[in-house]
This record gives sequence, structure tokens and C-alpha cells, in this order.
Amino acid sequence: MAETLTSQPFAGNPVAPVLPLIDIDQVSLFYGASKALKNISLRLEEKVVTAFIGPSGCGKSTLLRCLNRMNDLIDNVRIEGAIKIGGHNIYASDVDVIELRKRVGMVFQKSNPFPKSIYENVAYGLRLHGVKNKADLDARIEESLRNAALWDEVKDRLHSSALGLSGGQQQRLCIARAIAIKPEIILMDEPASALDPIATARVEDLILDLKKEFTIVIVTHNMQQAARISDQTAFFYLGELIEFGATNKIFTNPVQKRTEDYVSGRFG
Amino acid sequence: MENHFETGIENLRQKLLVMASHTEKAVNDAIQSLTQRDLELALRVKADDEVIDKYEVEIDELAIQLLTKAPLATNLRLVTVAMKISQDLERIGDEATKIAKRARDLSQEPPVKIQLDLPRMATRALAMLKSALDAFVHHDPIVARAVIPQDKEVDALNKQIHAALVQHMVENPDAISRCLHWMVAAKSLERIADHATNIAEDVVYLWEAQDIRHTGFKYQPSAT
Repeated sequence: MAETLTSQPFAGNPVAPVLPLIDIDQVSLFYGASKALKNISLRLEEKVVTAFIGPSGCGKSTLLRCLNRMNDLIDNVRIEGAIKIGGHNIYASDVDVIELRKRVGMVFQKSNPFPKSIYENVAYGLRLHGVKNKADLDARIEESLRNAALWDEVKDRLHSSALGLSGGQQQRLCIARAIAIKPEIILMDEPASALDPIATARVEDLILDLKKEFTIVIVTHNMQQAARISDQTAFFYLGELIEFGATNKIFTNPVQKRTEDYVSGRFG
Repeated sequence: MENHFETGIENLRQKLLVMASHTEKAVNDAIQSLTQRDLELALRVKADDEVIDKYEVEIDELAIQLLTKAPLATNLRLVTVAMKISQDLERIGDEATKIAKRARDLSQEPPVKIQLDLPRMATRALAMLKSALDAFVHHDPIVARAVIPQDKEVDALNKQIHAALVQHMVENPDAISRCLHWMVAAKSLERIADHATNIAEDVVYLWEAQDIRHTGFKYQPSAT
């Protein structure tokens, strides 16, 4: 079971638990002079799957990357507003970004296993975070691979190259790698867009299983995928949050005309 | 570039409207054949029911095709509602056929000497059906909501007719079989009003995304 962020702040003194888990408050993001996110405010509760949808360039991936400060790696990016996770501003000067990314894991569009064995792929992050004992490592790796619904397929070839796995298996390995270090939040940027329907279905089932333990934020271009796996959906357009609500409501009766037009395939 | 999905949705809508016009005509003709003892018209209603059945199948096929494309929002509601409305229309067609069969049999026997409020009941049931379908066409959930309470009036008329026919049968045992035909015809009209109510509820869902079935919804005309 993942530890709760609310009980372990990134730095400083412990504070009382604060809900929601993720509190995005008036966030704007600039790439140079270009404003890519415009005053976004959004509150996400724990152990809920939230889908970010919207046409290309709407800012959904940019916002996702703000949640574990991946945008810090891009030059010329400036962020205004605050993002709190468990009540702590993740952009505060005393935040340890490595610690933040341990707690807010990420899975990318294209699976990116290390060119190492299946075992080592999962072991890597664990060792980095201080798990050295072989028995502990073995246990955590099995647990992670089981939770990623991959164990039965790889248990007899743990020391074979991860690059020999199928695309869908590689993506589940990346999920196993992300959950091994017990993050509280998992960010997923179109995690199934390069997968066939069967592999996609497995990843989607996995996401639904994982939400028992993790809070998941997923960017997807696939409306039906968002409908199948998410509890709530946020629709973005041209850097603005247009509508946010229960997924069922967004896909059967959106309030905003732009949401209706987008989910009905009239633009984007 | 043609939006093939939108074209499919429009085809579905059009097909439903054509089916609705066949159904309305079937009900009209069935009532006319009954009240005017028109055997030929009654036989035609019975034969034309196949056309309505065919539309139900075609609408379901088209709707299922559209569902494979995973419509959302209004389109999703339209496709699901179209399947339900076509089923109600098909049942209305069946009720029209039942009325026509009774009209056929009654036309071969002497008239029953009794004043029944059946024309009024027929007018009410038909008006409900027409309003429900108009509400579908004109995106008008207010008109659809106004249909729902009218079902009670039709139910009351049916009870009245039923009681009058029972009384007549007691007094005129030789008219029992003919009275039973009239009773069945009145019951069919009552069922037609029920189906019109279902359609009206579906239309409210379509245009307001609010499911008012089994909620004890009471129509409140607006103050304006």
C-alpha cells in the first residue's frame, strides 16, 4: 500500500492532512512569451482516475508534466500559480524534486524500458531509493510485476532483455517500474496510444486495478478510453480548462458547447 | 469533406420520422375503420403493419452501426433514444392492428346500440402521440413533458368506456361478443397513450439529458 503524501511532507514539519490530494490553483505556464496554460484551477482527490482530454496543443500534457515538475527540464518555461500535493506547494524552494518524482511517477506514450533485463528495469528505481537487500528486491519486483499484471508472462525469464517483450508488455513493465517505488500518484501520457486493442485493454484493466492504491491522471486522445477508465474528466482547449466533471456527465451531457462539439468529433 | 458520422445520424433521424408517420397513419386509419365500420380500411391497416415492423429492424441495424463508432453526448442520447422510440412505435403499430382486427369483426355484425366516448379517447391518444413526436422533431422537451399527465385522462376514459360496456353487456347478453371487441379496442387506445408517454419521456432525456421515468414526475406548466 502506498504511503500517503499527507503524512509525509516533502520537507519541513509535518502538517495536518489536506484534501484534495492535488490542488492546482490559478496555474499559468509560459513557453517564452507564449502562454500555454491559462489560469487553470483543478482539484483532484485521491484514488480517483482523472482523464485530461482536448485537441493537440490544448495544454493537457503540459499540465500533466507540471504535476511532477517535468517542465523544469525544458528551457524558457515559467510557471505562475501554485500546485499543492497533499497540501504542499511542489514549486516551493525547499522541495526535493527527486523525492517529488518518487511520489509522482510517470508513464509515457512510448514505452521506454532500459536496455537491461526485465528484473533490472524494476530493480533500478528501487536501488536508487535505497533497497539493497536481494530478498527485499526480489519481493518488491515480484509484487510490482504482479500488480502490473505482467508476472505470469515474465516470471520464467526475468533476466532476459526487456527489449524482447512486446509493446504492450514493455508498457506494463514501465508501469511496474513506476509503481515499484510506491508513488502516490501516477501520471500517464497517452500510455496506450501505440498499443493494439488487446494490449490496450490489458493496460486499461490494469489502470482500473491500480486506482485502488494510486491516484492516476491520464492524458488521452481516445474519448472511449477516457469513458472506460476515468472517474472524472477535464477538457482543455487552447490552454484553458473548459469543463471538468464526472466522466459520465462529460460524455453524455456536457455543459459547455465546446466540450459537446469536441467529444462528438466536430473539431480537434 | 463529408462528415460520414453526422450523415449516419441524420439518416437515423429521418428513418425514425418516416416510421413515425406510418405509425400515426396506422392509428388514424384503425380508428376510422372502427368508427366508420370500414372493412377495407381495416384490412389495409393489418397488411401495412409489416412496413412498420421493417422500419424497426432497419432503425436498430443503423443504430447498432452508429454505436460501433462510439457516439458521445447528444449523439449518444439520440442513438439510444431512437432505438427505444422505434420499439414504442412498433408496439403502437401492433395496437393499431389489434384495433383494425376488431373493426374487421365488428363491421360484419350489427352495430352495438351504445354511446361510447371512444372518439374522444382516440383523439386524446393520437394528440399525445403527435405531440411526443413533434417534441422529438422540434427539440422541445417542454412539449414532451406536457404529454405525460395526459395519460391519466386517457386511462380515465378507458375506465369509463369499460364500465359502460360492462353495464351494456349485463343488460344485453346478445351484444357480449361485440362489446368485448369494443373493450379490446379501447384498451389498445389506452396502450397507445402509454407508448406515447414513453416516447415523451425519451424525448425529455434526449433534449435535457434527464431521466424522468419512474420519478413521479408531475408536469408543472411554467408561469410565463
